[in-house]
Parts: sequence; structure tokens; C-alpha cells
Amino acid sequence: MLYVLKRLVALALVLLVSSFIVFSGMYLAPGSPEQFLVQGRTVSPEVLDAIRAQYGLDDPFLVRYWNWLIDVLHGDFGRSLLTQQDVSTLIESRLPTTLFLAAYAAILIVLLGVGLGILAATRSGAFEKVVVFGSNLGFAVPTFFAALVLMALFGANLGWFPVSGSGEGFADRVWHLTLPAIALAFPAIAVVARITRTAVREEQGSEHVVMAVARGVPKRIVLGRHTIRNSMLPVTTVIGTNIAGLLASAFVIEYAFTLDGIGSLLVNSVQKKDFAVVQAIALIMVLAFGLINLIVDLLYAVIDPRVRLAREVSA
Amino acid sequence: MLNVEHLTLAVADPDTGEETEILRGNSFSLRQGEALGLVGESGSGKSMTLKCLLGIEPGGARVGGSIELDGTDLLAARGEQLRRIRANDLALIAQNPHGALNPVLRVERFLVEGMADARGIPKAAAKARAADLLRQVGITDTERVLGSYPHQLSGGMLQRVVIAGAMSGEPKLLLADEPTTALDVTTQAEVVAILDEKRRQHGLSMIFVTHDLDLAAAVCDRLAVMKDGAILEIGTPDDIRDRPKTEYTRALMAARPLLHPAGRAPVPANGTEAHE
Repeated sequence: MLYVLKRLVALALVLLVSSFIVFSGMYLAPGSPEQFLVQGRTVSPEVLDAIRAQYGLDDPFLVRYWNWLIDVLHGDFGRSLLTQQDVSTLIESRLPTTLFLAAYAAILIVLLGVGLGILAATRSGAFEKVVVFGSNLGFAVPTFFAALVLMALFGANLGWFPVSGSGEGFADRVWHLTLPAIALAFPAIAVVARITRTAVREEQGSEHVVMAVARGVPKRIVLGRHTIRNSMLPVTTVIGTNIAGLLASAFVIEYAFTLDGIGSLLVNSVQKKDFAVVQAIALIMVLAFGLINLIVDLLYAVIDPRVRLAREVSA
Repeated sequence: MLNVEHLTLAVADPDTGEETEILRGNSFSLRQGEALGLVGESGSGKSMTLKCLLGIEPGGARVGGSIELDGTDLLAARGEQLRRIRANDLALIAQNPHGALNPVLRVERFLVEGMADARGIPKAAAKARAADLLRQVGITDTERVLGSYPHQLSGGMLQRVVIAGAMSGEPKLLLADEPTTALDVTTQAEVVAILDEKRRQHGLSMIFVTHDLDLAAAVCDRLAVMKDGAILEIGTPDDIRDRPKTEYTRALMAARPLLHPAGRAPVPANGTEAHE
């Protein structure tokens, strides 16, 4: 328990530091918000001053950061410079699509990545070669290309799945997001399947597994309790980093499939220099990354008593 | 009870396909209750002989000859039959106990698994027996040991657990593969003493693999000297020591450090290690 608490404090510190980087980073980029607000028109210095005063752009940098941070802690990310909408409301309307897409992709990664990896490791021959080939393909094919191929094949030609929009209600969403989720998960499935295959193979040759076989433990139990369970240690880490990266790589897919998630919102906002929105999305991504890593580390402790007990001693 | 005839083992190089002979047509037999020591340098094929008996030789290896245990052809056994033989008739004690147990499961699980999953004893009965098995190998704080993970126990303690597991059934044949090599010197004597005592108590036959001639002489009824995959000679410890038939055995005898010229006697078990 103490360990979890420590990790949460650490996560809060990471968020604090990244909030500063996110906030200041926006000011390092060329161009300033007031220039965007006047949209290239020539305006009198008085108008410019008024705008600067309205958005608090004349305050010292650290004061602006502090004010922003306090607002963020109260859940107020400010207003979009572009639409004048509340940023929290804007993100709230976009987040479900992205989270649904990422969760869908995560499930595919775990089920297909681990499943195919285990099958490839336990039955050699043609099936293994297919998985290894598919895995190489997954490494090599860029996400947007996979998206295009899926759209052309299953969307346009076969007409099985829609190629745009995110759907209403659960079943419709699943149907709409199937192709995007596959495209998004494809590279990660390839990585996870490959790592799983290697890890299971390695574990099969390990001393305790050979010993279990020599003790006459039934095959099914040797495979499940000893081989697969123990090989999940390295696999968990890989799955975690891949799932954590999903939110960040979702923007390509959201763009390709015209989904109104936070990925496409981020792309738009960066182009339009909509500071408040970009800052909010960046922070959400850091938070998601941190949380997923925390979950992975906790899982690690559940799987491996050596990790758990070492922590108990040090805590 | 055990009859091994012309046992050969060849491993093919995965790249060149060239075969290396690891065992070169060895024959030996074992009577009920007898202990046979396989002695020789590392790489002489001692451990591989045990692996052939258990059917856990490396993948792609080719085994020839015949191995008969109480009339059953071990080399012909497959699938469920082979599994039953491993579970009921044979018991392996490996060199490194820390490698032999799954690092993420508790000791109790290891013992119960051998009884319940491998031999079909009801789980509750297996659990009830686990502590008793540990007491028989001189472990007093059984609760703690049963609840421990392998990395929390010393090598000597863990090897006792492995021995307890091996004794949990009624195996016909005990296969001990350098059971003390990975342990420190003081623990070695204790573990050997426990193994020896349990074996005699149950009247078990045993093949004892070691590079330590004196140790083998103290524990075994007969010794087989191995070199480069072949058995050079088989005889009683006295024969091997006093009347070696081959030059190699003579050299092996001369090479050992003579701490106890009369041969090493096993130290009686006193269970002190259980409190470390």
C-alpha cells in the first residue's frame, strides 16, 4: 500500500514538471497567441494591448504559469482561442471516442498479441511462420498505410465496416471503431506477439519447466502454470509501453477515419496555435502514460513475488 | 529392476546437421535397492544418461539402445504413459534447487503439485501431507518454509524440499544429478546424509551422478566411471579404489584431494540449518 502511495506521489511530481514544460514549451514556439487572435490583420497597438490584458499575456511568465496551474487543478483549462468554448467541455466531448478507440485497440493487443505469440511458440511449423511473417509486416507497415488498406478492403470493397464516424451507442461504436482499432493496434500486436513467442520459447527451456515435465506434471499445467505465467513478466512491460503510446499515436488513425477524438483535436489545435487546448491534451496524455505505467508496475508485483517482497523489505 | 543396454545419444548440429555422439552405447543394470554412482568429469555424459531415463533429453537428440524399468520399455513410452512413469516411478533431484522450483510459486505449491497434479492425490490430502514430508527431511519450521518462495530459502533448505518432493510418492528409482554441487560445503554433507538416510529407509534404488569419487564411494554400492560418453568400468567402490582397471580411473583416483584417506563418511543430519 505504501508503495502505491509513493508511486502516486511520484506521478503527481511528474505531472507537475511536465505541466511546466508543456506550458513554457508553447511560448518557445514561433508566433504568439495575440497574433493568432488578430488573424494577420493590422491592428492598432491599443487593440493589441487590450487583447493582451484580457488574456493576461502581460503578466510575468511565472505568474501566468501559476494562475494557469491553479485553474487546471480546479479542472479549468481555460477557453479555446479558436472557438471560445470551454476547453474542458471541448475535451469532454472528444475524449470518449479516443478512450473507446484506445481501449478497443488495447484489448486487441492483449488478446491477439499474447494469443498469437503463445500459439506460435507452442506449435511450430506453418502457423509459426505465418505469425513471424505477420509480425515483420506489422513492424514495417506504417499505421496510416494499414489504415488505408483496411479502409479500401473492408470498407470500400467489401462494405463490412464503415470508414468514418465513431457511431452512437455501444454496438454501433464497436462496429464503427473496429477498423480504426485494428489499424491502431497492428504494430503493437506485431511487437507483443514476437516478444511473447520469444519469452515462451525461452521459458520452455528453463530448468524449472524441464523439472516440472520430469516430475510428471501434466502438459496443460506445465504450459499454463509454469511456462506461460512466467513468460508474462517481460511481456507485461512491452504491453504496457505499447498501450501507453496508443493515445499519442491515435491522432493518425483519427485523422484517417475522420473520428472526432482528441487526436484530431490536437492536430487542429496545434495548427491553429490554440494554446489552451494543446496544453490540456498534452497533460492528459502524460497522465494516461503515467497511470498505465503504474498499473503495469503493480501487475509486475502481482506476477512476480521477488519484485513484491523486495519492495516490502525496502518500504 | 533397471536394465540399460547399449544406450546411445546423438545430437545434431542445427546448422551443419553434423551429429555429435554424447553417449556411446553404455550398458548397466541396477538391482532393487541398489545405489549406482556415475562418476566422471563434466561433459562425460553422466547427466545426459539421467535425462535419457526421464525422456527429457534436448530437443532433436536421437536416443538409441534400450532402457527397461521393471519390464517397461522407457524409450518406447510416449504421452500419458511416459507422464505416469515420470510421476510414479522416477524422481529427479537436480543440481541447482533454485533453478528446479518455479520462482514465482510458493514451496507448498511445488510439493502439492507433485502429489496432486502429477499423481492424482486429492489436493486437500496433498496439502495435509506437505508439512509432514518436510519434517521427514529435518525441517522444523514447516509453516514458514511452505509459505516461502524459493528465493527466500537457502540452497540447502531448498534441496531438502526437493528431496521431500521426490520421496512424496513411492518412486522405484531415484535419480540424483550432482545434488550437492551447488551447495556450500557444510550443507553438502547434511543434504547427502538426508538423501542417503531416506533412500535406505525406503529401500529405494538410486543413480547418483557426481564428479566426486569419494562422495560416490560413500553413498553408492557400485560405481561406474564415465569418460567422453562411455562407461569405462563398473565395480564396487573398493574395486575402483584399490584395483582400477583403466589408466583413466587410476588418474582420477590420483587427482582427488586426499582429505580423508579412508573415504568420507556422511555426517548425520541434525536439522540445524532449518533455523538460518
